[in-house]
Parts: sequence; C-alpha cells; structure tokens
Amino acid sequence: MAELIVEEKGKKGGKRRPKKHSTRIDMTPMVDLMCLLITFFMLTTAFSKPKVMVITMPEKDKKEDPKNAPKISAERTLNILLTGEDVVYYYMGIADPKKPPLPTLVKTDFSKDGIRKILLIKNRDLFTRIAEYRDQRITGKLVVADTTADNEIKKMKKEDKKGPIVLIKADSKAKYKDIVNIIDEMAICNIASYAIVDLSPVELEMIKNAPK
Amino acid sequence: MPKIKAPVRTPHIDMTPMVDLFSVLLIFLLLTASFRPSEVKPIEAPTSVSEKQAPDNDIMTILISKDSLIFFNIDNGKDTSTHFRSKLLQKMGEQYKITFTPAELNRFGKMAAFGMPIKDVKSWINASESKDRDLLQIGVPTDSTDNQLAWWVRLARLTNPGAEVALKADAETPYMTVKKVMDLLQENKVNKFNLVTNLMKEEVTLKDLPPKQ
Repeated sequence: MAELIVEEKGKKGGKRRPKKHSTRIDMTPMVDLMCLLITFFMLTTAFSKPKVMVITMPEKDKKEDPKNAPKISAERTLNILLTGEDVVYYYMGIADPKKPPLPTLVKTDFSKDGIRKILLIKNRDLFTRIAEYRDQRITGKLVVADTTADNEIKKMKKEDKKGPIVLIKADSKAKYKDIVNIIDEMAICNIASYAIVDLSPVELEMIKNAPK
Repeated sequence: MPKIKAPVRTPHIDMTPMVDLFSVLLIFLLLTASFRPSEVKPIEAPTSVSEKQAPDNDIMTILISKDSLIFFNIDNGKDTSTHFRSKLLQKMGEQYKITFTPAELNRFGKMAAFGMPIKDVKSWINASESKDRDLLQIGVPTDSTDNQLAWWVRLARLTNPGAEVALKADAETPYMTVKKVMDLLQENKVNKFNLVTNLMKEEVTLKDLPPKQ
C-alpha cells in the first residue's frame, strides 16, 4: 500500500533542477483510519438489533365461566382508557351501571407528570422497594447475579398486595403506539399486575361525556 | 536573474489504496444489506424502554403498516436445511389447491416478507422486476370469509412449532387492526407476543417519586 517516493534525478546532463516535491499523497493513514471506522461500524450495527417488548396474554378460553373469572378488589382497580391523540382517561374502582353514581373520568396525558405520576403514587410501596433494591445493587452494597435480581424483583411483584391492578382499555380511535406507551409506563413504574381488556358499553358512554 | 521555471508535471495520485478501501466498503455494505430484511413498506416502530433483543431465528413476524396492510414473514430456522419457508408454502398450496414447482418453492425460501392473496404468490415469486413484485404487495387478506392470515399462522405453527411470534406495527396503526391480529393469534394458541420497538431510555428513580401527602 505504501508508496515509495523516488526522487527524480536530472536526466539532461548538467542542467540543475530545483528539488522537487512529490505531489503524490500517501494514502496509507487514510486507509488505516477507514479500516478502524469500518470495524467500529460493524461492531455497533451488530448491537443495534431490534428490541422487543414481550407481553403475555391470558389464554382465551371458549367455555369461560363468569364465576371463575379472577376477582379483583374495586379499590385497587385503576382503569386506564385510551382514546388516541395523547389523551389518557383514568378512574378508580369499577363502573357498574347498576350501582350509580358512575365514577368520574380524569383526563391526563403521557407526559412525565401525567399518567406516570398517578401510577407512581398508587404504586409507591412496591416501586420504592424495587428502586431501593436496584440502588443497592448499583452502589455495590448488594452483589448478586442479574438472574437472581430479576427473580427477586419478580417475587416482590408477585407478593405485592397493595399496588394497583391496572386495566388498560382502548377504544377504536386509539393508536398502536398508545398501547405500547402505556405498557411501557407499566414497566417504568414497576406495576405488578396489569391487563389489556375490552371497553364496556358504560365506559364508552363515559368517554363520550368525559371532560374535553 | 531569470526565474528558474519548474517543469510542470501532472500530479497523479496513486489510486490503489483508495480502490482497496472502496472494495472493502462495498463488501461491508453488501454484507449488511443481506442481513437487514428488505421491508415491504416503511414501518416506524414505537419506542419503549425494553432492552430485550429480538431472537435471530425461529421467528414469525407479522408486519402491520400504517394503512393497516398486513405482511407476513418467517425465517428458515437456525438450521437452513430445514427449509421452513418452502415447506410452509407447500402446505399453503395444498390448502388452497395451488401447486408450486420445486424451483418456485426453493425461490420462495430465499425471499423476504410478503403480503398478498395466496393466488398472487406464484406471480410474486416469478416476477422478474422488483417493481412488479412490489405492486403485488397489497396485504394478506384477513376477511372473515377467507382469512388467509389465519392459515399462514396455523400452518407456520405446524411447520415450525418452536417459532415465536413477533409483531411489528407502525406507531400510527389503529389499535383495532393490531387487536384483530392479536385475537387471531390467540385463536391459534399464541399467547406470547414480541412487540418490536425501538429503544428509548427513560429512567425513573426514587427522586421522581411524588412526595407523600
């Protein structure tokens, strides 16, 4: 690759010439640099593989018995209604047309002080415990393997009896990103139990009458 | 004193190293291009904090574009000699009474995501120009009378029982379309979905916790 720079010697007898500088540029450093860059890019592209978010849905049982449906306490239930356009409605408890008054919808959004704040307040206990556990690992007070830590966090989530049970419901105007965003919030706020369920007719009515 | 004129020489640069460089770059680009699956339609996945990586093999991908068109893709598996794609197409052909020649099956095995009614698959495989091929990509039909996507999923599950399902939808896709696909998958006993997202880090620490009232 490197090139020999041959100094030209005067051919015509006797005539003296000024010393000439070769106009050739040695490209070797550039090639070296490019090799480094290529190696760098090859390594980084291998890391930027698509990421996935895993969700597991409950099995759909055809012969579903309403008596066997999991019972969830009303005071722990947080309903999140998505209707697109970065609007999130939520209410606590259960909307039952037989038991008026219906709960009122509160309007919020996907920002930091929006739904996340609500989720953090409701999930304070579990969130604090998990965050403290993680902090201990980061500061080096606790040395455990990643899998052990994951299992420990899973156990904490499973044993949690105070945190909200979030029911995510989306109407026909909702976009796919709304669902992904809200599931993401669940992961950020360490919500132990959440499910994606269908809207009931009452809730559709509630969205219609909701504060704009 | 007269100036001594330096004879004019044409400056010539030796191009060999540059040629080396460009050949290397070209090889690199060619290699990466083959890794990235050619996409039918641009799909802008939503962002999430998930850092889990998508599996390399044994993955069935359902792509949903912004305008709710559905495309299907499945890989050949870890061991390429299994030829899952070709087997799947053969089964699909038997289902819809279409016979594919071994050459067509083989060719299909090397192709990427597709989305068209089964009757057009043959012309898609045999299309010589990519332009013609793209024109055929009108989405897999999912009507209740002829739900071809359900058959693709069902037969893909039979061909490669170990395949996981990845769902790659555009952020702006209506949720109802995604829900329809998810319901269909659940009917085929797929209860675990890998939603393809782009990583966007976001962290909440104890400091962000709102104060107790």
